[in-house]
Amino acid sequence: MMKINLSVNLGKLKLKNPVMTASGTFAYGKEYSEFVDLDRLGAIVVKGISLKPMKGNPEPRICETPCGMLNAIGLQNVGLKGFIRQQLPYLKSLRTKIIVNILGNSIDEYIELAENLESAGVDAVELNVSCPNVNKGGIAFGTEPVVFAELIKSVRRHTSLPLITKLSPNVANIKVFAKISEDEGSDIISLINTITGMSINIRSRRPRLANITGGLSGPAIRPIAIRMVWECYRTVRIPIIGMGGIITAEDAIEFFLAGASAVAIGTGNFVNPKATLDVLDGIRAFMAGEGIHSLKELTGGLKW
Amino acid sequence: MLSVDHGMDPLLKRPFSIHRLFGDDVQILYRLAGKGTHILSGRNKGDILDAVGPLGNKFPPPGSGDKTILIAGGIGIAPIFALAEKLKNKEILLFYGAKTKEELLCTDQIKSLGIDPVISTDDGSCGQKGTAIDALIKHLIRHPSLVTSHRLYACGPRPMFKSLSLLAKKHNLKGYIALEQHMACGIGTCLGCVINTVDGYKRVCREGPVFPLEKILWE
Repeated sequence: MMKINLSVNLGKLKLKNPVMTASGTFAYGKEYSEFVDLDRLGAIVVKGISLKPMKGNPEPRICETPCGMLNAIGLQNVGLKGFIRQQLPYLKSLRTKIIVNILGNSIDEYIELAENLESAGVDAVELNVSCPNVNKGGIAFGTEPVVFAELIKSVRRHTSLPLITKLSPNVANIKVFAKISEDEGSDIISLINTITGMSINIRSRRPRLANITGGLSGPAIRPIAIRMVWECYRTVRIPIIGMGGIITAEDAIEFFLAGASAVAIGTGNFVNPKATLDVLDGIRAFMAGEGIHSLKELTGGLKW
Repeated sequence: MLSVDHGMDPLLKRPFSIHRLFGDDVQILYRLAGKGTHILSGRNKGDILDAVGPLGNKFPPPGSGDKTILIAGGIGIAPIFALAEKLKNKEILLFYGAKTKEELLCTDQIKSLGIDPVISTDDGSCGQKGTAIDALIKHLIRHPSLVTSHRLYACGPRPMFKSLSLLAKKHNLKGYIALEQHMACGIGTCLGCVINTVDGYKRVCREGPVFPLEKILWE
């Protein structure tokens, strides 16, 4: 049998395989243990954590759209203390890397989160930059280059953990944000977050989400995600975690070819609770079938 | 959670309550409501569909000696019938409302359980004209003693729950309702199906779908 190496080094973050979960779709891990042997995952990225617990948005919070779904959950989470006390001990007992997505309303909040999570022993943090910056009129960190740069630079100074910046696709040119991430000390970029969308019930004339707008995810956004991963791959040298509508191994391989070193499954977990391991097994089978020994042979392997 | 198709559109599984169990067979009863149920209605005997379940909680059984009032609005009869079947030896009052006579389901099976349902239809084509809650109100006026001695179980559309909730507050009625909600995962992870309660947002898929009536905060 052919020896296949599925391990991947994302800078100093070393994963035994490239399949991760996307923040906000895997809760705090335990919920999926009935379906998935969590030890087999490359990494678990848990739901975004803020300093204080957040109760989230009114319902309806989700609606289905063609080949996708809109969500406006509103970042409901147990808060930093609740996470460290109630969720982290279980996560640390698993034989996989634990990555925590963090979100704040000011740079100081991000720093406090990163420092505390480093002390608590997580393996990496991922910056969720799609939150409004209350000190700058509520514009999202991830769409304004100057505050985006300041955020990454500041968090970088306060943590030695591998730092992942999750890029928003709701920008005119994602390459600008990829380059800033690299220049300001981000070790890894992950993309794409959801694309802002909206859907209307034509009978009631009301928006189908209480929040009016929401984030679009699922296979509907995959071609956009692939394009953006490819653009970023040609722009930066730091590794890329690709995500956006991955349901099957074939979808994941598309991301590798566009330039991703690892992939994250998001909405796919809702469609199929075993999606992560199905994708992992499918990647191995594809590599075996094609005679590919290492993921390095796939990443950025697009011919053009 | 049941997927109605193998493709990507529709993407998500649909939540259904269990209508009846026959050995290893699970029966669901559904109303043609949207894209998902229309596709489902085109499935043939022998087709294989993905399903995850059973998920969430169930109706807590009434205490011994408790009499029960069951209330079903529209397709809410699906789990209410299952409950009636389970409680068949207990004293049951069933209020069942639908839009029209054509939309009344399972009435023969209900009668075969020895239950004489109080039927109502919005257009008056069968039973009393009005909703199941209208019928319940009329009944309460005639039999005020029912209030303290009965436990409510209900499933139906949201306007029905809202009026039931007002009525329950007025008469200090206690009971349980089974909620319907759009869901993505069905297993408690997406937080998409929450309902607002006196204890904060609760997941209909995990902490529900059955909740104590008085806990739900309707907007």
